[in-house]
Amino acid sequence: MKHAFVRAALCAVLLLPLAAQAHKMWMVPSATVISGDDAWVTVDAAVSNDLYYPDHFPAQLDQLVITAPDGTTVKPENAATGKYRSTFDLAVPQKGTYRLALVNQGVFANYEVDGQKKRWRGKADELKTAIPANAKNVQVSEMASRVETFVTQGTPSDGALKPTNKGLELVPVTKPNDLMTGEKATFQLLLDGKPAANIKVIAINGATRYRNAQDEMDTSTDKDGKFSFTWPTAGMYWVNASSEDDKTSVKEAKQRRLGYTATLEVLPQ
Amino acid sequence: MRRLVPLVLCLAATLPAAAADLNLTVEIPALKVAEYHRPYVAVWVEREDHSVAANLAVWYDMKKADGEGTKWLKDMRQWWRRSGRDQTMPIDGVSGATRPAGQHQLRFTDGKPPLGTLAPGHYELVVEAAREVGGREAQRIAFDWPAKTPTHLSAKGSDELGQITLDLNP
Repeated sequence: MKHAFVRAALCAVLLLPLAAQAHKMWMVPSATVISGDDAWVTVDAAVSNDLYYPDHFPAQLDQLVITAPDGTTVKPENAATGKYRSTFDLAVPQKGTYRLALVNQGVFANYEVDGQKKRWRGKADELKTAIPANAKNVQVSEMASRVETFVTQGTPSDGALKPTNKGLELVPVTKPNDLMTGEKATFQLLLDGKPAANIKVIAINGATRYRNAQDEMDTSTDKDGKFSFTWPTAGMYWVNASSEDDKTSVKEAKQRRLGYTATLEVLPQ
Repeated sequence: MRRLVPLVLCLAATLPAAAADLNLTVEIPALKVAEYHRPYVAVWVEREDHSVAANLAVWYDMKKADGEGTKWLKDMRQWWRRSGRDQTMPIDGVSGATRPAGQHQLRFTDGKPPLGTLAPGHYELVVEAAREVGGREAQRIAFDWPAKTPTHLSAKGSDELGQITLDLNP
């Protein structure tokens, strides 16, 4: 029951970016630039209002996909989900860049039964059994979102960063663990593997509790899907883009909602 | 005696070219803090495009068990980004143990490792220090290589580094 509730709430969260942006989903690693052969990071994952204070819901770790520098998928250790946040540890023995991703691919349905509004989230093949036969005003949306962060031991590498060509994805032009204040960083946004042009991208530094404004920076992707930010201060930036289209793979769904989020650490000079 | 003069002059003319060197003094300040750890220090020569022409010294805790000492190398974050992350520690002829507070003299000779042969041009000597539960600081001294005349340059650190002097001999 609780699980279902969390899922429904998460679902609302994932749909929100298109409307008023209230809740933010994120992963924050304890370090992104790492030296030493016996290196580990510990990671928090949650949905919250403020960055990065868990105050709403924990992230669902069944969506977690970690890719090592050699391209293999690796497992987290000590994974746990609490009231407000999930947490896990990750050994980073390989030199290069690891990609940590919460991949959410599913469907979301709004419907009415006996005049009562209901909503459901799950996998596409569960759709038929999940929605009662007497449901009215059934509206199905397909969702594809990724929430990512990156950690690098030694020299940054690209082996873990290959796009899956599903939904919105980030391709680094500037290495995601090589960001410094005052320097321009450029990335490319892909939609189903093709450059995603003219999509709004925002960036907000963490520690929002200790200032009065969000201090959101925004930009848009160019015709090649590229966008850039020049980081004014050091910190953990929450970078987010969202979009929607009608290219659904589930026939009941008329609309597809897309989201991409990355937590990127910017170090001082 | 008269015969010696041309010989000495001759030596004087030939020696400097062969012995161009770079003498460096790095001061680690004595700090009155409750918990003191010797700083990690990196010294390197940077080209104008910030690429590293030579790593001259890396002082870190080599004795810690299980490679714990390498865990903090990234705290020298400029060095880590420019060069450290591409290295395998220890670096032969470059890395060594941490050093106590005081003046440390280092001498590097043109054509010999770790300085090697620098192409003529404009460079920066960079000294970066990072201290466990302390601060981090980098100082830079710009210089032209090779020096036409003996040149004395210096920089003064404010927190984690003291006086830094660079003497170049043609």
